[in-house]
Amino acid sequence: MLRLFQLHGRRGWMVVGAASLLIAVVIPLLNLLPRSFPLALPDYLIPLLGKFLCFGMAAMAMDLVWGYTGILSLGHALFFSLGGYAMGMYLMRSIAGEGVYRSALPDFMVFLDWKQLPWYWLGFNHFGFAMAMVLVAPGLLAFVFGWFAFRSRIKGVYLSIVTQALTYAAMLFFFQNAAGFGGNNGLTDFKRLLGWSLQAPSTKLALYVITAVALIGTYLLCQFIVQSKLGRVLRAIRDAELKTRFCGYDSINYKVFIWTLSAMLCAVAGALYVPQVGIINPSEMQPSNSIELAIWVAVGGRGTLVGPLLGALLLNGGKSWLTAAFPSAWLYVLGSLFVVVTLFLPRGLVGLAPLMSRLRKRRGGSQAMTPPESDRQAEDPVAAAAPVADVVPVANAVAAKEGVAP
Amino acid sequence: MTAPATATSPIAGADDKAHVLAGRPPIALWVEELTVSFDGFKAIDNVTLMLDHGELRCIIGPNGAGKTTLMDVITGKTRPDKGAVYLESRLHDLTQLTECQIAQLGVGRKFQRPTVFPQHTVYENCELALQGKRGVFHSLFARLSRAERERIDQVLETIGLAELKDRPAGLLAHGHKQWLEIGMLLALDPKVLLIDEPVAGMTQPEMERTADLMRRLAGERTVVVVEHDMEFVRSIARKVTVLHEGRVLAEGPMGDIQRDPRVIEVYLGT
Repeated sequence: MLRLFQLHGRRGWMVVGAASLLIAVVIPLLNLLPRSFPLALPDYLIPLLGKFLCFGMAAMAMDLVWGYTGILSLGHALFFSLGGYAMGMYLMRSIAGEGVYRSALPDFMVFLDWKQLPWYWLGFNHFGFAMAMVLVAPGLLAFVFGWFAFRSRIKGVYLSIVTQALTYAAMLFFFQNAAGFGGNNGLTDFKRLLGWSLQAPSTKLALYVITAVALIGTYLLCQFIVQSKLGRVLRAIRDAELKTRFCGYDSINYKVFIWTLSAMLCAVAGALYVPQVGIINPSEMQPSNSIELAIWVAVGGRGTLVGPLLGALLLNGGKSWLTAAFPSAWLYVLGSLFVVVTLFLPRGLVGLAPLMSRLRKRRGGSQAMTPPESDRQAEDPVAAAAPVADVVPVANAVAAKEGVAP
Repeated sequence: MTAPATATSPIAGADDKAHVLAGRPPIALWVEELTVSFDGFKAIDNVTLMLDHGELRCIIGPNGAGKTTLMDVITGKTRPDKGAVYLESRLHDLTQLTECQIAQLGVGRKFQRPTVFPQHTVYENCELALQGKRGVFHSLFARLSRAERERIDQVLETIGLAELKDRPAGLLAHGHKQWLEIGMLLALDPKVLLIDEPVAGMTQPEMERTADLMRRLAGERTVVVVEHDMEFVRSIARKVTVLHEGRVLAEGPMGDIQRDPRVIEVYLGT
């Protein structure tokens, strides 16, 4: 408990507190203001912001494995989607008998002329069971996959490709009607969550607040992990895995642990995402989604927790605005942003902060105020040492994606 | 660890070699009839080595003699075709264990090129190396005890990097990195220490300081040094093993080795 308070200094806690207050209290209050107030937040923005916060959570989870441990996953959309499907299955089951066909089965099963609920749908009418499955199903998959992949010493680009392949296979599986997850339509037409109508603005606001609280919790949990000795071992594995093993740490166990945890956090984000957007279908698992997740992290700044969060919020905000204003430009902006960040900002947007403060210092004082040589040395090589090579597969993937874009 | 393991040893066949062990000081590391080949090329060919507790042994030999491969096998990086490596008179056969298990048993290794964690501070490097539990969940809640902090300070003092403890290790000068790596091994406190070319690329004063560190390391621990620099070997070694084309060519005190005509022919003479 004590260590939780020591995560930040006093100033750090003030910033975290202010940010938490903004997303979890101020924004909901602005939404509750009467429409005539100038700062009143319209209702339609609330699920949108909630969606962004879910992406922020997923980005932080991604950074645990990529930024801190050096494992570039291109399959985190799979864990996100599995969490979403578990939530979606509960939402479908909770309205049994109220569908278009008035059947106890979900509509798509009636449509397929199924007479009976498949065994893997059993239990999902209980909220507690469904929430447990949000964690258990992706967690188990991640654990089994990680166990075999890391034990076989699959690393770097190869691991990225395997994760991508796994996600693609899962997507093809979920696309099938026979799989029993609604095929390409996925799960939709949700009505209520624990008796609360999903259409009501108050429910939407409540879901937003829950997401905000979950995001803050995820941030604190991740901060606790990366500042612990475990976090230092993870970074040691990222920088020199063999040396870490020669120091007596079984890097495989560490990787499996953080991989599984990251998958579970991603799944929670997916579960919160689904009731706010009202649908989950296999296209959530398409390759570009995992790649975008990696781009948010890279643009924001790998190896920090604030970076991925900022990256996810800014890029998704930008996407929402740009796809409305200039629909065809978005992919080009995203792609070029990624190239620019990779080439010139290996530490992402967060890496700009020390640069800015140095500039300010230089401008504020006289020429003599330039920082001593040792200071400057202390900052630059770390940036230079940041692993850039593992960004290349993403860059290629982005290029491929732009190529197929209409 | 006082008497050599004989009848009580859990390893089958321990009795066979009892006569070898009888009447000699306790063995720290025993490499037995080791053979390693890569695509038919025998990098190590039937090598047997015995190291006493607290011994400082130098292994020399021309390039390709199999020195680094020998280190790789002892630390679990490479699996041998034949033979065994025993720690502490046959209690553990290292060739059956993983790198991290071997490290946990107390075998430390210093690489040829200084390998430190570049983005961790000097202090954190020592903390990671510090002997202790290595489990995932233990690490999540671990905090340094007062004794552990004192141990790290002591190590930093020994290697002379106390002033630089908050600096990222990647920014250290080459020689400082070498010392930090040795410091990390001190923190790990291994029973057997393998050191690959510790003075490569060092200046004369740095080399003297390193020799001093080596001597300090031996005594409580068993130290194996692989080195090219004959001056350095002469300054630290009591006993030298010469490897040549994967075989032990000669073994003995440095003075004898230097006079051995076979050694002069393949190595020292050139």
